[in-house]
Amino acid sequence: MPTVYLSINVRKRILDILVYLLLALGSIIYILPFLWQVSTSLKIPSQLFVFPPKWIPNPVAWENYPRGLRMVPFGRYFWNSTIVTSLSVIGRLVSCPIVAYSFARLKWPGRDFFFVATLATLMIPFQVTMIPLFITFRKLGWIDTFKPLIIPCFFGSAFFIFLLRQFFLTIPEELSDAAKIDGCSHFGIFWRIMLPLTKPALAVVAIFEFLWTWNDFIGPLIFLNSEEKYTVAIGLQQFFGAHGADWGALMATSTVVTFPVILLFFFTQRYFIEGITLTGIKA
Amino acid sequence: MLSLTTREEKQFTFKWRSKVSDLVYGYLFALPWILGFLAFMFYPIGSVLFYSFCAYDVVSPPQWIFLENYQELFFKDPIFWKTVSNTLYFTGISVPLGLIVALALALLLNRPIKGRPVFRTIFYLPAIVPIVSTAILWVWILNPQYGLLNNLLAKIGVVGPGWLASTTWSKPGIILMGTWMVGGTMIIFLAGLQDIPHQLYEVAEIDGANVWKQFLYITLPMLTPTIFFNLVISTISAFQTFTQVYIMTGGGPARSTLLLVPYLYQQGFRYFRMGYASSLATILFLMIFVCTIIILSTSSRWVYYERR
Repeated sequence: MPTVYLSINVRKRILDILVYLLLALGSIIYILPFLWQVSTSLKIPSQLFVFPPKWIPNPVAWENYPRGLRMVPFGRYFWNSTIVTSLSVIGRLVSCPIVAYSFARLKWPGRDFFFVATLATLMIPFQVTMIPLFITFRKLGWIDTFKPLIIPCFFGSAFFIFLLRQFFLTIPEELSDAAKIDGCSHFGIFWRIMLPLTKPALAVVAIFEFLWTWNDFIGPLIFLNSEEKYTVAIGLQQFFGAHGADWGALMATSTVVTFPVILLFFFTQRYFIEGITLTGIKA
Repeated sequence: MLSLTTREEKQFTFKWRSKVSDLVYGYLFALPWILGFLAFMFYPIGSVLFYSFCAYDVVSPPQWIFLENYQELFFKDPIFWKTVSNTLYFTGISVPLGLIVALALALLLNRPIKGRPVFRTIFYLPAIVPIVSTAILWVWILNPQYGLLNNLLAKIGVVGPGWLASTTWSKPGIILMGTWMVGGTMIIFLAGLQDIPHQLYEVAEIDGANVWKQFLYITLPMLTPTIFFNLVISTISAFQTFTQVYIMTGGGPARSTLLLVPYLYQQGFRYFRMGYASSLATILFLMIFVCTIIILSTSSRWVYYERR
């Protein structure tokens, strides 16, 4: 018996070591591009095009940051992105929970059919519908305004409605039944009982909407024309098009554009993981 | 009705009233999405089909030309076929590769290890960084002469290819960047792994099954629902690929990275051939639809659902 135990233990030890080795190797591979970005952002031009490349910039060219941000009006872009992103988040938070509540708890004719139709639209990417949407928004005079990016957010989203509905279904029905008997209206139940219990899921909605809007490229590319309306994603791409070889300044501005996302991630990590898990498991 | 006692009557009206209020409030609460669905989903899908039968340059009103767009696509436009084969190549390689890498990372993270949150963060971060910034960074990484990748390859004695400058290596270059961004898929795999009952492994261990056999006979079958979900999601998102191509190569060199969506964008928003672009959008939709149906219809053969 003891010999068997020993061999299992030894085998486990070897496996553990192997796992750590692979994790270390994987982490290095995954982190290298970021280090490369930061390293490049601090190099002067003459240090960029050398072979083999140097990881530690010498001298450290901090001036790439202010220089890059001044070459195009990034302040303006940041402000635009902030407006579009925050209004989109507000729109989703105002519209999605109440619709999800209706799907989860109220019975109305056609509800289940409509819910299936809603799920089916998850399969249809924006790229399929963007041409008619562009034509419609153009007729409405919305092109080159933030309206096409913001207003649809106030009319729900199939994905978030699905996510919140799944969450509502996990809340015991007895809670709302008790409130109903006490004479609480549907809106009262939604507002005073369901919503406070849904805070984690609402956080997930807000975080993902922030992320997708901040990072969105094709939407602003199609709907915005003039430079003073650009979001950071478009601004960065334009900057790349105009100063493609100025890698120091490019990597510096890239890093600055990425910073809000990284910051958000570190403060809300728990919700990130929960959110993905919630949608993944329930599907 | 008359024979109902007052108590039953009350119960009846209460039930009836709650049914009516369910109905009224149900529609009322769902109204934003009913409108949103009709305006931003149903109507555009209908009109994309309509416009695909039209010649439309945005300035003058659309002209009904019926199947001409499709005739041009199928019989007169070699670029279209190029984009279809590019898209199938890209999807066919990037999806399985992404799933394998994501699963491998998730399996490592699922071991009882110290510092799991740190490793998880490192693997997940590339997935949430703005794609524009990632794409620009990778143009620099894939730079044939001064880029990071070819320098690392040179260290192990391999002469790296021209990547985005080469018609053979441009697609692999973009796919490689995609495997760096599989964090979302990895987290879903990790959740699926953590859902597998631990007892199964304990029993297998007593029976003397080694790690590889445990993976083959427990982990893999129990994980098939998650693999299925990730397969559908990543296939759909591979078909939508646009930003990487637009920024990194613009579809080149020699259209080797021109996928369906970048071509659609070109036709619609550069040449303002909205009708032609709509027929491309319809094809894109059909391709996604057919692929999803194929995956769905084969799923009963390989996806294991636990009876609960």
